Amino acid sequence: MSTPAIAVENVTVHYGEVLALDSASLTLEHSRICGLVGMNGSGKSTLFKVIMGMVKPDSGRVLINGEPPVKMRKDAGIGYVPQSEDVDWAFPLSVRDVVMMGRYGHLGFTRRPRKADREAVDHALERVELSEFADRQIGQLSGGQKKRAFVARGIAQGATMMLLDEPFAGVDKRSEATITRLLRELADNGATILISTHDLHALPQLCDEAVLLMRKVLMHGSPDTVLQPENLAMAFGLDVMNRG
Amino acid sequence: MDFLLEPLTYDFMVRALATTAIAAVVCAVLSCWLVLIGWSLMGDAVSHAVLPGVVLAYIVGAPFALGALVFALIAVTLIGVVRNTSRVKEDAAIGIVFTSLFALGLVLISVTPSQTDLNHIIFGNLLGVSVPDLIQVVVLGVVAFAILILKRRDLTLYAFDPTHAHAIGLSPKRLGALLLGLLALTSVVALQTVGVVLVVAMLIIPGATAYLLTDRFSRMLVIAPVISVVCSMAGIYLSYYLDTASGAMVVLTQGVVFAVVYLFSPRQGLIGTRLAKARRKRAVAAV
Repeated sequence: MSTPAIAVENVTVHYGEVLALDSASLTLEHSRICGLVGMNGSGKSTLFKVIMGMVKPDSGRVLINGEPPVKMRKDAGIGYVPQSEDVDWAFPLSVRDVVMMGRYGHLGFTRRPRKADREAVDHALERVELSEFADRQIGQLSGGQKKRAFVARGIAQGATMMLLDEPFAGVDKRSEATITRLLRELADNGATILISTHDLHALPQLCDEAVLLMRKVLMHGSPDTVLQPENLAMAFGLDVMNRG
Repeated sequence: MDFLLEPLTYDFMVRALATTAIAAVVCAVLSCWLVLIGWSLMGDAVSHAVLPGVVLAYIVGAPFALGALVFALIAVTLIGVVRNTSRVKEDAAIGIVFTSLFALGLVLISVTPSQTDLNHIIFGNLLGVSVPDLIQVVVLGVVAFAILILKRRDLTLYAFDPTHAHAIGLSPKRLGALLLGLLALTSVVALQTVGVVLVVAMLIIPGATAYLLTDRFSRMLVIAPVISVVCSMAGIYLSYYLDTASGAMVVLTQGVVFAVVYLFSPRQGLIGTRLAKARRKRAVAAV
């Protein structure tokens, strides 16, 4: 059996008194797209932070490709697409500037980009269909274009693992389709993709597998299985699929 | 021309202008990051909290920068401790720590016998800049400026998206510490010009003004120091001819220029955006 891309083993995290993750375990193989489903406060963001090594677990451990996360970070292998609320959209940077930040892990002391880096950025912008918007300030994009800009950053980075936090919140259908197609292409090329999402309807088309999180991993299986109403009721405490 | 050249016949005016120009550039460059991260209050705190360090350094004959760095570190640590281990929120923690340290500095000044008036640290003593003072400002200014420019891309990434910085193997903690250290150094550079009380103005106004004028960070890094230097030189000439406090005049000029930009900036200015809104309304009405 090959080494899994992500192995989260019995991870427990407290923020002060608050229990964020309770002995959570999760194994994810390469080239898979996995949807992470759970309520606010179910530990989705914490799980991301543990995988990126930003939060140290109180107990348990995380292995990426069989090694501690720090190795993967040094190789600039982890791409991260933040939640919209976590981004300062008035920041004076162009779309191209943001995508270029994906290259920083590969650059020297002053991060001065070379020709190959500029080409990687142009190529990434093309793939997300944002070439014509490259010189816009990032706040002047639509919701979907903003997300695509950050996906382009991960592509320019050459990330072999992508973590996306609510990528479809406030996103138009066309952007959603573009992002879904791109993530599939990336996965087919060997990338491992973990997506936290509220958009349960999009899950079966988007993901190979899904995880139901409520401080611990309640269930891990095919999207159709995880989306069974009785399973969702476990995580959400109500019948979300028929809510509206 | 005489208007501009006359003050330059005095050596003290030449030194004053040189010191101010250096302080203006370094402060302005640093201010671009401070206003975007939301560290204005932190800039205020650190620039005040270095006072006891500078006084103690004066007493033991150590470099001012060393004392300032030590007390900047103490201030930031104390702020973190108060915020994280009590129910007091960050702005209150900052307010408590920096005023207390500043007061400690004032007490130290009041009990320190000295030939030079230590009160000059508080309000600046632009016209009394000695040659060694100028050398210190040049050295510290060049060091701070060089680090800021060489590491500008990392600092911008840190300001914009620390999580991504972390994900690609950089240390947001270390970049934050670097920025705070440079803030302490820069405070020492600017002390001479405007004094502890007004340093924060030079650490905020140029960056904020530039932010209203452009959508590109790389351009902010040029616009802010240019505005800052022009305002500072204008402030000193005005203080020379109007016989007013020089440091205060420098800050006042920067404040006036900010006000003008705030009102008239083509894209972000109050008047420009109002007019654009009215035009859009008329266009809608015409349809």
